[in-house]
Amino acid sequence: MKDKVKDTDEWLFIISPESNLFDLKLKEIWRYRDLLVQFVVRDIVTLYKQTVLGPIWHILQPLLTSVVFTIVFNGIADIKTGNVNSFLFNLAGITIWNYFAECLKATSDTFKKNENIFGKVYFPRVITPLSITISNLVKFFIQLCIFAGFYCFFYFQGSAGSLSIAILTVPVVIVTMGLLGLGFGMIISSMVTKYRDLVFLIQFGIQLLMYISAVMYPIAITVERLPSYISWVVNYNPLARVVESFRYMVFAEGQFSFLHIGITFVLAVIVFFIGLVIFNKTERNFIDTI
Amino acid sequence: MEKKVILSIENVSKQYRLGVMGTRTIKHDINRWWHKIRGKEDPYLKIGERNNRSTVGKSKYVWALKNIDFQVYEGEVLGIIGKNGSGKSTLLKILSKVTMPTKGLIKSGGRIASLLEVGTGFHPELTGKENIFLNGAILGMSKSEIVSKFDEIVEFAGVQRYIDTPVKRYSSGMKVRLAFAVAAHLEPEILVVDEVLAVGDAEFQNKAIGKMKDISGDEGRTVLFVSHDMDAIQKLTKRAVVLSDGEVLYVGETDKAVQTYLKKGLESEPTISWDTFETAPGNDFGRLKNVTLQNADNKACKRFNVTEPIQISVRYWDLNTEYTNTAMIRIINERGQCLFASNEFSAPNWSEVHSDHKGIVTAVCTIPGNYMAEGQFTVSVGVGNYNPNMTHVLEENLLAFEVYDNTMGEGVRGKASGSWPGMVRPMLAWHVEKTALD
Repeated sequence: MKDKVKDTDEWLFIISPESNLFDLKLKEIWRYRDLLVQFVVRDIVTLYKQTVLGPIWHILQPLLTSVVFTIVFNGIADIKTGNVNSFLFNLAGITIWNYFAECLKATSDTFKKNENIFGKVYFPRVITPLSITISNLVKFFIQLCIFAGFYCFFYFQGSAGSLSIAILTVPVVIVTMGLLGLGFGMIISSMVTKYRDLVFLIQFGIQLLMYISAVMYPIAITVERLPSYISWVVNYNPLARVVESFRYMVFAEGQFSFLHIGITFVLAVIVFFIGLVIFNKTERNFIDTI
Repeated sequence: MEKKVILSIENVSKQYRLGVMGTRTIKHDINRWWHKIRGKEDPYLKIGERNNRSTVGKSKYVWALKNIDFQVYEGEVLGIIGKNGSGKSTLLKILSKVTMPTKGLIKSGGRIASLLEVGTGFHPELTGKENIFLNGAILGMSKSEIVSKFDEIVEFAGVQRYIDTPVKRYSSGMKVRLAFAVAAHLEPEILVVDEVLAVGDAEFQNKAIGKMKDISGDEGRTVLFVSHDMDAIQKLTKRAVVLSDGEVLYVGETDKAVQTYLKKGLESEPTISWDTFETAPGNDFGRLKNVTLQNADNKACKRFNVTEPIQISVRYWDLNTEYTNTAMIRIINERGQCLFASNEFSAPNWSEVHSDHKGIVTAVCTIPGNYMAEGQFTVSVGVGNYNPNMTHVLEENLLAFEVYDNTMGEGVRGKASGSWPGMVRPMLAWHVEKTALD
């Protein structure tokens, strides 16, 4: 044989059926950072190129939901929101909640939705959910602007509480919501490749989750009105904590502690990494089962 | 000359599960996991057999690839040929990391980029320019790389005028050109090309072939070229791998590989049967029972003289009492192009025969002599009904046959030797006159 055979360490890479479960491929993700940027640009550009209704929907949806919540929860169920106008109170909860819900919804069918492209080209699959989470930030900021507008209006009417110094930690809250949505989304998207009907449960699940996440009521009210064997569902729900913290930041009312923020952030990071491990494991062979 | 191995494929196998993934998956999963924690071998890896789609296997697991083992040298264009279902696509998917092998190793000395299907990830709403950046990034290029090659890509694709137009307004040819241009300007050490040449006009095809030659020649990069087009394979490659039923049949000189490939197609029997209804392909409206290629004497046969009629006999279980079933055939040439399709409903007594009781239908189609050109062909056979259109079964490239011309003078080409153009070769009527010169 004239062939010069290379030594194993001379190979650029080796494809083998075995893999290290905890190899997170962070280096590879970094190498594909330009793709991440391109995906985010694509998502944003196409959102506004397609329909007029697309962007308007992002404005109408939280407003209408807030109106309905105000009628039902504050009008009929008589939930008190302190010095804060109930509509504004609900809008705050919905704005931050929507970011989580949108991220979760959009990432949870990553594999199914991108089957076509995943089946043909390789790139670290995690780029896709990551880009969704980032481009959803844009939608979130639009909704945040709407909220800010209403906030100013009610502020001058004296029914918006006051900004708390804790508002400086608002990026942490946003990142926490993003990581939770992304992490759970990745876990679910991996499960969907095997048990496809799961995707129908997501919509329903998110709805239920919203009701126990203190979106339209303060946490204190659950402790006050419900027996402790039920109220813990809200009280110890990290999502409820994030929503409540966000409201505290803008209204300076409700429960808040930096410890809670810290704990939920760490939890979100853990969920994200668990999601990443499961996602990376699924991406290897999902195309055979989907 | 010392050749350097840039890609080494060692004993690669890939197993697939057939059938519906029902509740059994969980059962199998648990069983697998139970074996694994006890340190035993995976119980489902032992089962499985050769991946021959025309014989129905007893196992639910099938090896799409089995012990594939070959080397690719730096700077060469290696052809990969095999009929549909031979494992080509699976191999490419593994090489491009879309899916993982079940067993075996692939060692690569360079980046692999694939053109599995060009235009992947094109977004119709984005402009040509935006799509170049998006597609380039998907294929693994960095932004600066794309910027530096942008003009070249646009020029190669010939879409300068439309670069700021959304891709949804492009013609399909323009899309392909743009996509190929992006991919061709990638700079991976190993480029995998699959069937891109099937699309685009002749001018572009030549351009693409030229570009591929440049890539391997001047730039010293390695190309894996997968195609049904024996012509293109022979033009582009010196060495080729023949895959058949998931195994490597031949590795070596392209000429021999092409011969091996064509011969292999003819090795199969000119007839195929399914004994029981349960194992036959199809659904509850119709299932194939037997398909046979035969000559005018009703004898099974797979080599036909150009002057000879070819009969394709399709026998199937007709259980459709709602609509009228029809058998259909398609003749495909060695370039993978469908020459023509024909349907059982062309028979004058078709609707009479299909009265509403269930039964076994035998439909025989005759291709007249002096109609087919020389060459190798395959037959796809299906059963379905029209209005509404339903396909109960369609078996692609089920049987193969060869048409030859012994140039004794009885065929269309008479005694002329050399190549004779045309995909079909009908004997046409000529009227000749001659007037004497004054």
